[in-house]
Amino acid sequence: MTLSRRGLLAAASAPVLMSVQDALAQGVAPRRGGTLQMMLTPEPPVLQIGVNQQGPTLVAAPKMFQGLLTFSPTLEPQPLLAKSWTISPDGKEYVFSLQEGVKWHDGQPFTADDVVFSITKFHMELAPRARAIFQLIETCEARDPLTVRIVLKQPFQPFLLMFDATAAAMVPKHLFDGRDYRTAPAVQRPVGTGPFRFVEWQRGNFIRLDRNEEYWKPGQPYLDSIIYRIIPDSQSRRLALESGQVLLSQTNDIEPFDIPALRQRQNLEVHTAGWEYFSPLSWIELNHRVKPLDDARVRRAMSMAIDRNFIVNRLWFGVGKPATNPVASTTRFHDPAARLPAFNVAEANRILDQAGYPRNAQGVRFTLKHMALPYGEIWTRLSEYLRQAMRNIGIAFEMESTDAGSWARRVGNWEYETTINFVYQFGDPTLGVERTYVSTNIQRVTFTNTGGYANPQVDALFLRARTSAAAAERQAAFSEVQKLLIEEVPQIWLMELSFPTIHDRRVRNVITTGLGVHKSFDDVFIAG
Amino acid sequence: MSDFWRRFRRNRGAVVGLVILVLVFLLAAFAPLLFPGSPWDMATAPFVPPGEEGMLLGSDSLGRDVAAGIAHGARISLMVGAVSTIAALSIGVSLGAIAGYLGGIADDAVMRFTEFFQTIPSFVFAILLVAIFTPSIGSVVFAIAVVSWPPVARVVRAEFLSLRSREFVQAAEVLGKSRLSIVLTDILPNALSPIVVLSSLMVASAILLESALSFLGLGDPNLMTWGFLIGAGRSVIRLAWWMSVFPGLAIFLTVLALNLVGEGLSDALNPRLARQRGGAA
Repeated sequence: MTLSRRGLLAAASAPVLMSVQDALAQGVAPRRGGTLQMMLTPEPPVLQIGVNQQGPTLVAAPKMFQGLLTFSPTLEPQPLLAKSWTISPDGKEYVFSLQEGVKWHDGQPFTADDVVFSITKFHMELAPRARAIFQLIETCEARDPLTVRIVLKQPFQPFLLMFDATAAAMVPKHLFDGRDYRTAPAVQRPVGTGPFRFVEWQRGNFIRLDRNEEYWKPGQPYLDSIIYRIIPDSQSRRLALESGQVLLSQTNDIEPFDIPALRQRQNLEVHTAGWEYFSPLSWIELNHRVKPLDDARVRRAMSMAIDRNFIVNRLWFGVGKPATNPVASTTRFHDPAARLPAFNVAEANRILDQAGYPRNAQGVRFTLKHMALPYGEIWTRLSEYLRQAMRNIGIAFEMESTDAGSWARRVGNWEYETTINFVYQFGDPTLGVERTYVSTNIQRVTFTNTGGYANPQVDALFLRARTSAAAAERQAAFSEVQKLLIEEVPQIWLMELSFPTIHDRRVRNVITTGLGVHKSFDDVFIAG
Repeated sequence: MSDFWRRFRRNRGAVVGLVILVLVFLLAAFAPLLFPGSPWDMATAPFVPPGEEGMLLGSDSLGRDVAAGIAHGARISLMVGAVSTIAALSIGVSLGAIAGYLGGIADDAVMRFTEFFQTIPSFVFAILLVAIFTPSIGSVVFAIAVVSWPPVARVVRAEFLSLRSREFVQAAEVLGKSRLSIVLTDILPNALSPIVVLSSLMVASAILLESALSFLGLGDPNLMTWGFLIGAGRSVIRLAWWMSVFPGLAIFLTVLALNLVGEGLSDALNPRLARQRGGAA
């Protein structure tokens, strides 16, 4: 059963890949030349990936830095700096063959030594997410200048997902080794292998990258240069896009409420794909230490009282998808058969009546505090919607406001009753889903299992999926855990978030991978 | 009393203001009857323009009735205006009376204290207070009261300074009346007219302050207020102008009405000033 489902998934992924390539083949012949003006919001502190891992850096840096691999929209690995790779049958040994003739922007050759340095030293020291995975490495060695061999202590199937530029970009050993990585001169003038080289950064104004003439892919990149404009005000960003001063907007550049108007414009295309690798999922974060949130019937009723289509269509103007499951539909091992029960207020009320939470004279069963996510207006509107939805089933939400710092502190310290949260899934449930539900990750740190949900069955299933080398076996464990979590609803999943990429129709090949605008842009061109 | 009303009536603007104010009071009083249920209820589809689908003033981004929001918001705005003004008056009048009546070191101490508050820009100070005490109706009223009492203290002190040397006060002192009773029964009633005028203006500025705080998202998240309505409508103003325009009009009219009434009160309570102004015009 699970094997066949896995087979079906693999079969489904092939046509998607082909259609992307078909689209490339059928499209206009790439035109060389032109400057692509975009925006970067907010301005990053530095562009050296690893030293900074925040959103804006992750968008801009992959134009200069590359990973060994990149990922298709269905998260199949695709070659980048690694030409090919093999995995031993026991799932412990990975051998990467590197592309030939790759040079750093300063003319030095890119070799296996750089790969070993990037993995075992640079990212191990700087990036907590990389450290958590790379500590599974037993040996990492350069077999010859173009071959890297990595042996793991135990099989870890999502390992390859760590080799995208956003997770572990390759950095030049000769500029960092023996120096303080955070203060090395290269941090201010990034040197990578990517299609664009760093030229100029006027703080608060723009960042300019020019074509790398010695790029290892013949004939690429097509663009002469990329300019990232820094425009702090969202309405000015919208105007810049409408007036054609910039040709592309991404991530948080444009507010959701501006999207309907931009969809109407003939010269613009609006895309919501390209977030499959990150697959952010939002939910109502419940603190299980607060009664009666420890009662699964209450959580189930709350989940059933929410109209997720309303949230997606009315609040996010159609950018995103209703959540069906703790694993986003674009993350690997998502089981489409495991679905949350449909929106049904009457049934939710019936469950609460039966569970023994009667309404008082005011029609209230119980009161919960609710802390809105202080990330902007849309999250406040979401909380206001949820308060009304909960009122329909006799649960009173008392709203609390905070600032971003207090929000993170209070969630990290478990000082909340309910709030809103969203978390990246990084392509694999072991990387981005497990952390919210396993009892071993109940920590006083944000984005861990701060809700305090504990279920030995869930722990065991996630552990089985983590340590198993076979995809089919992992799928079986993940399918089971998804069914179990839907029964228990430890957190009330709301929506698979997406961020709009809006660009001029003349800009081609923007979204071709599961990383969307986080790719290198070496194949992006502006048609005449 | 009829004399007072005659003088008040002479100021046309003040009468118009009073009429508007009475209408706002009625709207607030009958809000639960006019718009039953909570103003947060989603009554219709989002972004319904005014006049359609039974939405007199349109609906907002969640399909909530803007008219219901304004009516229920009137209760909060008037309540905040009244309560914070009463609180500011009680602080300002007591401190002003102490300073003006006692004079000397007490006067110096109280006035330096007042100046300390006056030197901080009041809106920034109010934001700071609300942010520290977390936004709630209590902290908003408290913050508004704390930033608006200094002018009251100064006015009351000035009145007391001039009144305390009058003969009727000296007579009361000679009669052996206690200080407290002199302040309360002899001086205060005579200092009342500037306080009344000032407080009508304070209600107006309190409503503005509360709206500004709510606009910035520092209002009580559980209460529908005019400032919140404008703040929520600001970002979608190109899509739904009615979401910010109508609450804005409500604030404008109410504050204007309070100012007009304040001027009328000032004319009615200071007939000589009014006559002078009339003569000049």
